[in-house]
Amino acid sequence: MNGDWHYRFREHKGTLAAFAAFVVMFTIYAANHPAGLNANVATTAANKGVLLAIVAMAQTFVVLTSGIDLSVGMVMVLANCLASTIVVGSPQQATLGACAVLLVGVVCGAINGLIVIFGRLQPIVTTIATGAIYYGAALALRPVPGGDVDASLANALTGQLPGGIPASLALLLALVALVWLPFRRSVIGRAVYALGSSELAAYMSGVPVQRAKLVAYTLSGFLAAVAGLFVTLITYSGEASAANGGAYTLYSIAAVVLGGVSLFGGSGSAIGAIFGALMFRTIGDLLFVFNVEPLWQPLFQGIVLFAAVSLGALRLLRVRNRLELYG
Amino acid sequence: MQGVSKRYGGVRALQRADLTIEAGRIHAVLGENGAGKSTLIKIIAGVVAPDEGRMLLDGAPVSFATPAAANAAGIACIFQELSLIPDLSVADNIAISDPPRRFGMIDRAAQRRMAEQALSRAGAEDIHPLALVKDLPLSRRQIVEIAKALARKPRLLILDEATSALTAADVTKIYGVLKRLRADGMALLYISHRMHEIAALADDCTVFCNGRSVASFTAGTKTDNEIIELMIGREYSAVFPPIAQRVESAAPPRLEVRELNWTNRLIDVSLHVHAGEVVGLGGLDGQGQRELLLALFGVLHGTTGTVRVDGAAKAITGPDVAKRGDIGMALIPEDRKTEGLMLPMSVRDNLSFAALSRMSRWGVIDASAERDAVDRMIHTLAVRTDGTRVPAGALSGGNQQKLVIGKWLLMAPRILLLNDPTRGIDVATKQEMYQLLRRLAEGGAAILFYSTDYAELVGCCNRVLVMYGGSIRRELIGAQIDERALIGSALNIRADTPGAPTIRAQA
Repeated sequence: MNGDWHYRFREHKGTLAAFAAFVVMFTIYAANHPAGLNANVATTAANKGVLLAIVAMAQTFVVLTSGIDLSVGMVMVLANCLASTIVVGSPQQATLGACAVLLVGVVCGAINGLIVIFGRLQPIVTTIATGAIYYGAALALRPVPGGDVDASLANALTGQLPGGIPASLALLLALVALVWLPFRRSVIGRAVYALGSSELAAYMSGVPVQRAKLVAYTLSGFLAAVAGLFVTLITYSGEASAANGGAYTLYSIAAVVLGGVSLFGGSGSAIGAIFGALMFRTIGDLLFVFNVEPLWQPLFQGIVLFAAVSLGALRLLRVRNRLELYG
Repeated sequence: MQGVSKRYGGVRALQRADLTIEAGRIHAVLGENGAGKSTLIKIIAGVVAPDEGRMLLDGAPVSFATPAAANAAGIACIFQELSLIPDLSVADNIAISDPPRRFGMIDRAAQRRMAEQALSRAGAEDIHPLALVKDLPLSRRQIVEIAKALARKPRLLILDEATSALTAADVTKIYGVLKRLRADGMALLYISHRMHEIAALADDCTVFCNGRSVASFTAGTKTDNEIIELMIGREYSAVFPPIAQRVESAAPPRLEVRELNWTNRLIDVSLHVHAGEVVGLGGLDGQGQRELLLALFGVLHGTTGTVRVDGAAKAITGPDVAKRGDIGMALIPEDRKTEGLMLPMSVRDNLSFAALSRMSRWGVIDASAERDAVDRMIHTLAVRTDGTRVPAGALSGGNQQKLVIGKWLLMAPRILLLNDPTRGIDVATKQEMYQLLRRLAEGGAAILFYSTDYAELVGCCNRVLVMYGGSIRRELIGAQIDERALIGSALNIRADTPGAPTIRAQA
């Protein structure tokens, strides 16, 4: 039909903006890299970016319900520690171990969801508390960093595919194709958007609000565990690092915002969040190629984030009834 | 429906109401604000459960635990508060309760066809199915709401004030749609405040009054006046203090407003209130009364027009300015739970909050002055509370409302704006409230009083301004104020008031 593109553009504005910003930044980065854009540069960049991108995807599910998941980083750390102990041995054993790690992630996410739905606690408090518990479990598993993961499996997923394409990018694509796209087109995915946008209207329209919330939190836990598994493959080991868990949680929120997902819920997409994550990582790389002191990196990331949030807040200038600002 | 009742706390919203709706007919329900219409619909649509009575569908008793259950039984409801999801597209919204699926995924092509069909059934082919609902103007959203209900292929369609935001052209289209649906054998329940709509559409009418169904009749068998008579017909338990005649004085009015405009919700509102006068705001719910009070209090952005206090022009840019000594304005909000009180904080903190600057020195609160003032106010208003340290949320609705009023009385307001202050509170507290209003007026305050209870306006006000569609349509003075005149002008059925404001401020 005529004029569809206008509406489609309107719907995916945030995602497209994140994509465009990333392309611009990455082009500048690649053009100025001393070694140029070769396969090794791309692979290193991809591995760092994909890890945050997966955590950002996890965060997206919960943010879409207008909640927030402050335990994603801790689930990732827990999965990392668990994987470093059980993803070992023969290929069959390792595969079984990986499945167990993912299952633990699913359970962690489901626990978050059940507490938010039936305990009626605010997501922010719930996930701070459960995050601490998950971290405690990780610490019990790995009081000191260690573990010995089979290097060939690790290299397969963090190296290059034939043709020099980073394998981690293929993993990310697979997650989008197998998790995000089906979710986006399923009835439950629609319900997640609906309840994030207006829970009351969704309930009144007969949308299964509770089931949708549970699915969102569970998928978040699942993807956080995928991220944890990926960390294990990059480092060959497990470490119960609180700093890592905390940083990834906060960066995932930054990535989601940069990717055009509304913190009020109901709009945005995980694909936007992925580009948000890649963009966030590229900021650091850009500073590196322009020989800026690494000390400045947090400051610049902060400025970019602040600018993105300010752009999103422009609409508030149009509010005519001040009571709406506080609603 | 037979003998259905519902209570909210101590308030009986519906008492043994009966209603019979037949297929292939449009059944109109009429009644004043708070007559129980909305509760009735919520029960039919499964949003709330009745306390007693039963519902029969095709002769078999039914009860709906959730809106989804009512939907499944073929009942679709278009609520006054829109049930659309702003961030989803029109097509997504239309298909929300049961999207077409293929291999477990939503079939977007089928959904698109479904939405296009529903939109064309609702006579709105011009709405693009991919448009986001939040980008549509209110009148278009209401049409989408209708299309959404039609997409469920209901057997009973309930329209609650479904035309309140529509333009005249849209309304005509909707009439056509509704008549076609009736011809298809659908049963329609139509709720509207507009008498001419009911005359144009309805086959049967039922009048609700004070939570009871007082009369059912075939449309056209009663005149407008007889219907209004039925809508009023109720017993009054309220006793009002006598209204004091205001002594005319040459002083400029305490509050004078000229040609106040705000978006399309307030249109050329001009009014004046003298010291010692109680001026009522009448009319149906949602005709701009709330916005008018908010605009005066400085909450709305982008208002035009002039406001004078005691003859001097003032720019009231926010509640902080409004409560300044030279203006001395206070607003008693309608939603005491969110706009009026901080429920978890103590009675004392709540009462003293707005007037803190009067009891503090260099930013430090004088605790003994605060205690004295709070004790005095609790005594004056007869607030029933277990001391001043209990959280405000622990008090009954009536006593909470007294706190809201008390909080502003502490700063001795010269202009008092009240937004439906007696909604949902018990009769005894209402009486105290009326006494209080009277005392405040005698003490020289200028009072602007919006109420959805017409009896209150009759009993309390020196003058009543009736609003319709964002402007003041009629002024009733002294003995002119009675229920018949109020309802008549609220429905805007008097031919001799063609839109022009009948009052001008005399400076």
